[in-house]
Amino acid sequence: MSYKPRQHKVLWFLRVIKSLLINQYALMMEYRAEIALWALSGILPLIMLGLWSQTNIQDLIELQGFNLKRYFLSAFVVRQFTVVWVIFSFEEDIVQGRLSPFLLQPVPLFWRYYTSHIAEQITRVPIVALMIMILSVVLPNSFWLPKFTELILTTFVIFLAFTVRFMIHWAFAMSCFWVERASSIERLLLIPYLFFSGLVAPIDTFPKEISQIAYLTPYPYLLSFPANLLSGHHVNIQLNIMILIFWALFLFLISTLAWKKGVKHFTAMGA
Amino acid sequence: MSMASISVNALTKNYSVSRKTPGIKGTLKHFLFRRTETITAVDEISFSIQPGEMVGFIGPNGAGKTTTLKMLCGLIHPTSGDVSVIGHKPHSLEPGFLKQITLVMGQKQQLLWDLPPLDSIKVNAAVYGISPRETNNRIDELASMLGLGNELNRPVRKLSLGERMKAELLAALLHRPSILFLDEPTLGLDVISQVRVREFLSSYNERYGATMLLSSHYMGDITSLCDRVILIHHGQIIHDGSLITLTEKLAPLKSVRLELNKPQTRESIGKYGLIEDYTDTFAQLLIPRKALTSSISNILRDLPVTDLEVSDPPIEELIRQLFESGENLSI
Repeated sequence: MSYKPRQHKVLWFLRVIKSLLINQYALMMEYRAEIALWALSGILPLIMLGLWSQTNIQDLIELQGFNLKRYFLSAFVVRQFTVVWVIFSFEEDIVQGRLSPFLLQPVPLFWRYYTSHIAEQITRVPIVALMIMILSVVLPNSFWLPKFTELILTTFVIFLAFTVRFMIHWAFAMSCFWVERASSIERLLLIPYLFFSGLVAPIDTFPKEISQIAYLTPYPYLLSFPANLLSGHHVNIQLNIMILIFWALFLFLISTLAWKKGVKHFTAMGA
Repeated sequence: MSMASISVNALTKNYSVSRKTPGIKGTLKHFLFRRTETITAVDEISFSIQPGEMVGFIGPNGAGKTTTLKMLCGLIHPTSGDVSVIGHKPHSLEPGFLKQITLVMGQKQQLLWDLPPLDSIKVNAAVYGISPRETNNRIDELASMLGLGNELNRPVRKLSLGERMKAELLAALLHRPSILFLDEPTLGLDVISQVRVREFLSSYNERYGATMLLSSHYMGDITSLCDRVILIHHGQIIHDGSLITLTEKLAPLKSVRLELNKPQTRESIGKYGLIEDYTDTFAQLLIPRKALTSSISNILRDLPVTDLEVSDPPIEELIRQLFESGENLSI
């Protein structure tokens, strides 16, 4: 008997997501060596930890109850699971003419890219676990064991942070409908992310005016918030989660409008 | 008469294309001041296709074939004009419309390169809401029609071009679309694979009554599948009708080959038609179609004929001559 999506739309949608995840996971497993290398390339927080450990800022902020080592180790984990490259893939698919067959399928294209990112993160789990084990041997005094509930909550927050970061990039990926090399925007997006997310330094070490500006953007909630949560620092969990949800919804609205305009402008070049 | 599956009225598509002169001066000028011009890829074309019809869409490169196909399947928005495919406006990309159509492009693929075709096909099954049991039945049916077996379990990158195209067709037709847009489906395939793909398309049309619009540079695809052809050049339709009518229009003369058992003079043969080739016991003549019957009966009555053969010039040759003949074509 044929499946009836109108009557079982939710079940149909779940089946589509499950199939896409299985498919993309199988694809990512083909690139396991590359994923290990990509995971290794995400060690910037560890480099920053090494740099900050050589300054007196560490003593200064640790006096205020802030554990710098824990923060950067947590930032390392958060960064591993919030990597987004959708602008690159979307641009490549448009330029190579690969977008067309998927555009003609009755499922929003967004889910193909979103599930592909999640599948990559699932593939990354054992690699990151191994890296954490190695770090725990190298830096035994810096390690701590978060509570189970904290881990579950942090996993949820990281997932939410990843979704918001993905939505930022997805919204900008829509510019591929108008410009041929939208990946240049990705490079531009990296600058506010580096400084406002707390990747190069904890936001609380910034001058007050700068940190106030940072909190007006979504970036501190993408890395600083989950990293502080994982490292056991005091954060307003409810408020930060609400802000993440707000950004996800706002960006969803923006990207949906951009998608509708972009598809009209699409020339299906190369296809 | 039933409602047309595809109905197109004064459909036009303009593209804005940037212009750049060669050299460093042109490059700097292009960087500072981008100049664009509007190119009309499709110019007010109109036609309709009935359910179950297989129509060939032919024309030289850049004639507007692919642009038209892209507008018909909804990939791009028309600049002006109306298009209706099974009662839908294609560019709205409504799920109800998308479930009834497919676009197969010979030079592009939807199968994931590093995975076996079955992995991508299973995703399509979920996307189109086909139950797992029904999916297996359809895969078996289409695989048998296409002559596919274990290839479906091998990574796409390990398949030959012919196997890959067949797997692409399987993936594109799993949801049993009633409208097929085929853009060069046999591009680059060897002769055996070309024939297999044509046979498959013909059986699919017979079995499911699907409407097909087929664009191809291989006239073999068109002649073996389509009774009707639409000829497009510089974005305009210059012929819409049967292949036979097209041949008659393009070749008003028939070729007649004669073998004789006694030598004849050039003059005695020349009065029946235009001589293309001649020896004293052999001649090849061009005779107007309208005068063919009377001319042949006269030849048989007057000349000692041992063998006679009447033929049309090959359609490929006629089309090639047509497109090479100049800018302003009208048939």
